[in-house]
Amino acid sequence: MAIRSVPGRSIAWWRSKTLGRVVHDLVVYALLIVLSVLFLFPFFWMISSALKPQWQIFVWPPQWIPDPIMWQNFAEALGNPLLPFHLFLRNTMIIEVAVLVGRLVSCTLVAYGFARLEAPGKDVLFAILLASLMLPGSVTMIPKFILFNKLGWVNTFLPLTVPSYFGEAYAIFLMRQFFLSLPRELEEAARMDGASTLQVILQVIVPLSVPVLTVIAILTFKDNWNDFMGPLIYLNDARLYTLAVGLAFFNGQYDVQMNLLMAASVVVMMPLIILFFVAQRAFVEGITLTGLKG
Amino acid sequence: MTALAPPRSTATPRRRSQAHHEAILFYLCIAPWLIGFLVFTAGPMIASFVLSFTQWDMMTPARWIGLENYRTIFAADEYFWQSLKVTAVYSLFSVPLKLVTALFLAILLNEASRGVGFFRTAFYLPSIMASVAAAVLWSWILNPKFGPVNGALGVLGIQGPGWFTDPRYALWGLIMMSAWGLGGEVLIFLAGLKSIPHHLYEAAELDGAGRRARFLRITLPMLSSTIFFNFVMALIGSFQAFDSAYIISTAHAGTIGSPMNSTLLYMLHLYRNGFSWWKMGYASALAWILFLIILVLTLAVLRSSSLWVYYEGERRA
Repeated sequence: MAIRSVPGRSIAWWRSKTLGRVVHDLVVYALLIVLSVLFLFPFFWMISSALKPQWQIFVWPPQWIPDPIMWQNFAEALGNPLLPFHLFLRNTMIIEVAVLVGRLVSCTLVAYGFARLEAPGKDVLFAILLASLMLPGSVTMIPKFILFNKLGWVNTFLPLTVPSYFGEAYAIFLMRQFFLSLPRELEEAARMDGASTLQVILQVIVPLSVPVLTVIAILTFKDNWNDFMGPLIYLNDARLYTLAVGLAFFNGQYDVQMNLLMAASVVVMMPLIILFFVAQRAFVEGITLTGLKG
Repeated sequence: MTALAPPRSTATPRRRSQAHHEAILFYLCIAPWLIGFLVFTAGPMIASFVLSFTQWDMMTPARWIGLENYRTIFAADEYFWQSLKVTAVYSLFSVPLKLVTALFLAILLNEASRGVGFFRTAFYLPSIMASVAAAVLWSWILNPKFGPVNGALGVLGIQGPGWFTDPRYALWGLIMMSAWGLGGEVLIFLAGLKSIPHHLYEAAELDGAGRRARFLRITLPMLSSTIFFNFVMALIGSFQAFDSAYIISTAHAGTIGSPMNSTLLYMLHLYRNGFSWWKMGYASALAWILFLIILVLTLAVLRSSSLWVYYEGERRA
């Protein structure tokens, strides 16, 4: 875990002169420790339950550290023939890849247009784009289902992936802001050398925009991973389920074994947690940028 | 693809045709979004408005019934009123709980000097988790017999409630769960706190302002635009909450919104009409009512913002 000391605080607490400061820090850290334990406790409970033999789930006081540690719970949870989690993982990854490609390509193109090109009607269109950010998705849910049903796309991944090839307002907005901050000189030089707009985007803009593309890729990956309602509405065949829907189905089964359910939850959750630790900065930046929009 | 050739930067008398060329390029670039907006947003909005005046099960042809759907919703659909009540209670409690706790945590993080990275991660991690996994996990944590929450209450000599099986407590369980996912708000508040210029606090301290005065007179006003943003987003989100209520209420052969419709959030009622009962016209009418409710609430908050949100003239200049 990234523990970063914050520069600019001149005196470490143990050397501080006033008693008030010491009391202040004691209170702050006591609260932080208690609250973070509270926030992390469900994770601990989940992992501990996932590794318990069935009977230890129900003992009180709880068996905090499982004995014996049942690693085979994972194999058993994932190997259930009625719930092919390896298929769910494959389905989820197919959707993820298709959506990531679509969103990054389409949003780069659209954001470039809004950032660099002039045309009548541009301001109105940009205002519409911003307004659509506030639009609740529930109002378009029914007609979209009817549309995809007419196209014969229900029970395929297409309703979940194809729309991403048509841009997404929030990603476009973030990328446009980023493109505006890039110096124009490089683009102009490339144009002098006879590069087309497409070449400028690919050879000049994209290499400079890796940070914002990473942020968007990670937030997109996370949102898709967590998407429940989309797959719930569009996928009926259990062999097409995503991890999220598969886990909900597992949870809804009568007589479910808690330790196996928790093992499956750990498996569903782990990739996101790993991604978070690998790309913590991109996560934090993405969220922070959201809030500083105004 | 010939249209994507570079605009000629040589001829000055041809500036008009160059501008024309650039406009074509612009529309080519934004075409994906524009088409997507028309096909997946604007079109469906109009369609759902028209559909809301029909009766349609997707099998037999749609039938125009005028305002009948709306009349039924307001006059004869007890679930509609129940779902509105449940959503209002959910929103009324989950939004302030989330925002106040997130602000408190952000202030704590801002006061700390060491280990901020660890604590920030601890508060943020729950919010990135799949909603399904969170719902599954929480239904186990709040399990009345074997869950740790009721176990801890038992140690204190309190008989814990049945949580998700007891209609008096199920919604409160969901509200508690929603507060667990406040990580995004914490990070946004923290960024807002960090952007408050330090000299304001120093000046106030020189003038003898105490901790409370500094919080009320500097922190809150300087943070008001961040609070406003988080508030609007949380409000819109709370009216569209679906996942955890659906997962928890349908688990173990329960029905949507169980027990006794105590967790029947508006979106659950909408989903049930559309995708369990295939009442597409009726569900569209419900969707438009929700849309108008959210619109009115958002506009009300926006209008009120001039009273309580402080915008710096030259922000971070």
